[in-house]
Amino acid sequence: MEVVANKCQCEALRAKDPRYKKLADIIAKYAGREGALIPVLHEAQEVFGHLPPEIQMLVAEGLDVPLSEIDGVITFYSLFTAEPQGKYKIGVCLGTACYVKGAGDVLDELKERLQIDVNKTSADGLFTLEVTRCVGACGLAPVVSVGDDVYGRLTPDDIPAILEKYIESEKNSNA
Amino acid sequence: MAVYRTHVLVCAGAGCVSSNCKAVESALQEQLAKVGLAEEVKVIETGCIGTCDLGPVMVIYPEGVFYQKLTPEDAEEIVNEHILKGRVIERLLFKPAASDDLVEKACDIEFFRRQYRIALRNTGVIDPGVIEEYIARDGYAALGKVVTDMTREQVIDVIKRSKLRGRGGAGFPTGLKWQFTYDAPGNEKYVVCNADEGDPGAFMDRSILEGDPHAVIEAMAIAGYAVGAKQGYVYVRAEYPLAVARLARALDQARNYGFLGEEIFGSKFCFDIDIRVGAGAFVCGEETALIASIEGKRGEPRPRPPFPAVRGVYGKPTLLSNVETYANICPIILNGPEWFAGIGTEESKGTKVFAIAGDINNTGLVEVPMGTTLREIVFDIGGGIPNGKRFKAAQTGGPSGGCLTAEHLDTPMDYESLRELGSMMGSGGLIVLDEDSCMVDIARFFLDFTQDESCGKCTPCRIGTTRMLEILTRITEGEGEEGDIERLETLARTIQSSSLCGLGQSAPNPVLSTLKYFREEYEIHIREKRCPSGHCAGLVRFVIDPELCRGCGLCVKHCPVGAISGERRKPHVIDADLCTKCGECQATCPFDAILKI
Ligand SMILES: Cc1cc2nc3c(=O)[nH]c(=O)nc-3n(C[C@H](O)[C@H](O)[C@H](O)COP(=O)(O)O)c2cc1C
Ligand code: FES
Repeated sequence: MEVVANKCQCEALRAKDPRYKKLADIIAKYAGREGALIPVLHEAQEVFGHLPPEIQMLVAEGLDVPLSEIDGVITFYSLFTAEPQGKYKIGVCLGTACYVKGAGDVLDELKERLQIDVNKTSADGLFTLEVTRCVGACGLAPVVSVGDDVYGRLTPDDIPAILEKYIESEKNSNA
Repeated sequence: MAVYRTHVLVCAGAGCVSSNCKAVESALQEQLAKVGLAEEVKVIETGCIGTCDLGPVMVIYPEGVFYQKLTPEDAEEIVNEHILKGRVIERLLFKPAASDDLVEKACDIEFFRRQYRIALRNTGVIDPGVIEEYIARDGYAALGKVVTDMTREQVIDVIKRSKLRGRGGAGFPTGLKWQFTYDAPGNEKYVVCNADEGDPGAFMDRSILEGDPHAVIEAMAIAGYAVGAKQGYVYVRAEYPLAVARLARALDQARNYGFLGEEIFGSKFCFDIDIRVGAGAFVCGEETALIASIEGKRGEPRPRPPFPAVRGVYGKPTLLSNVETYANICPIILNGPEWFAGIGTEESKGTKVFAIAGDINNTGLVEVPMGTTLREIVFDIGGGIPNGKRFKAAQTGGPSGGCLTAEHLDTPMDYESLRELGSMMGSGGLIVLDEDSCMVDIARFFLDFTQDESCGKCTPCRIGTTRMLEILTRITEGEGEEGDIERLETLARTIQSSSLCGLGQSAPNPVLSTLKYFREEYEIHIREKRCPSGHCAGLVRFVIDPELCRGCGLCVKHCPVGAISGERRKPHVIDADLCTKCGECQATCPFDAILKI
């Protein structure tokens, strides 16, 4: 695939955006190392939040890997995503312990409150709803994580207050 | 080195971090500083102590007093009363579900008393961030002994004689794996640690990596020496960021001390370890898929043989074992293989860590000798079932395993006994289910998991699990048909015998096992369109008990769809066809006359 032609059009824009510099550094750090693709994608997603085709092309070029292979890897692993994500990722654990303790009801409540399905982002761009497998906190089942925060021993009734917390803090930071 | 009069161990395992142990710890530090004891009392952040549902927890030594469910506000009292005046604070002590007596000391709590900790010897005891604490507990002594005193053949012989078997699922003899990798021709070999911990409901590998990362690092170096590898990889799932961070820090410390790198202990042996983080694919726990993933590819499994011992990472001979398996290596080297082989049963030696969760009083991690009965684990250590409910089943082996019933409570938990009963040890996840659990739904849950995680490379697994899931979903929604059970059985046999990897081969196990022990539950769902445990929402029916109903008419008013009728002061009835199962009537009935069946 000819990707070079694509590059120049947005060069100017990229020069201004520090994230592209970071990406170049990440690629330089791993280039030539065996098994570099997955660690590079991890770090690139950390920087950009998701992995749109444009970023995939830059990685393909930088690591000298076919774009088809990158697409194959991104679609295989559930953690990589080509879609933009909400500001907060809500992960509902549907591991066995959490399921047994009623995680299904908690998930239904979240879908209802946010009016979205799993793997979708709320209209305000604030939340992306995801299902995770055991996060290793089975003692606190059912468990939901929002960004870096973890909430345990939940019932559907706890959900509104939790969501409200993030919506509030968002309002405050905008004000 | 400074001498402290008191050590306070604050659990910083994943469970306690989620219950905000950090705030408790900083409040404690603050209070200690306030009374000028910061130099006399040492606060240590440990890995998982094991009692996850009691968190945040702490143990105060030398007395060994165990405090649970702490809040930052408790810190002041702990410092003023316990640490300054030596008075135990009763309200923070543990009270077992079965008795009224408070238990003061950690060592007197049944949950700890019955355990035998080898793999977890340091988790919850040392600060995982301080390599010196690991060294003080014989850390890196085994590596020193091996590289300076033992030949590679001797090391392999010791592991073989210990009869240690893999803790990652299949239970293959570890010593033989070392031998095969040693025997495989080639100069370049690898040692890999499988920390993908895929069983949803098991968290021992996470606790070991977070609580005692050096135990795994040291064991991998020993394995590298024995099989002739210079490079190791730990493959950790991305869901465990804390484990990755603690492991990375431990690797740096080990390098600084010269336990990793060039000429370890002044010998010719060189070895280093890299971390590889997964990206959310259950199948990557399977060894050939994991190897593909380390190489940066899609984590699809391939047929075996060749086994990784012959063709592994980058096509080179590779020793691949589970975290808990590695965690047993150093004690075996130091205490001798006979010591290890003296613990456990005839065919299953040593101990096993179980993650108990579900409907159980004490959720958490326990390590017990192989052959401990299910009853001891569930009732003596786990404290039994909450809310006075009955024990119905225990699911072991995760999505690849099966269930054990009340009849099997006296089964010794070892590889052979579990396999005979149609379950398996797996990684040691143990989910306890009480009488309210629906076994058909549990089977559907696991099929949903495996169907979702099937990598799609082979047809029996990809299509077969989808078909099985469809049938199970239908049954739990009240749309089951005659012949569904037989269809499930036929599909199960086909998938078992023709799938490419262990994921597909074992996916039907939860269905076959629940069919074996709870067949009538399936039949009731299909024929009577009823869920005996009342779990499956689609099958729930609301009925009015004519004995209790006074005909007050309140429910008629509240029913949003007008499904209830009856004369005043006479028992009412619910029209099942109209009823939307909202439960409003049950909530309003003043006489508890409306039942959910
Ligand atoms: C679908 C599937 C998932 C697996 N997941 C894991 C896992 O998460 N952790 C693990 O140690 N072994 C897992 N295994 C077993 C590994 O393939 C391999 O047998 C094991 O890591 C070898 O280590 P051991 O000999 O120490 O048990 C899995 C196997 C299959 C088929
Ligand atoms: S099953 Fe949810 S944390 Fe383990």
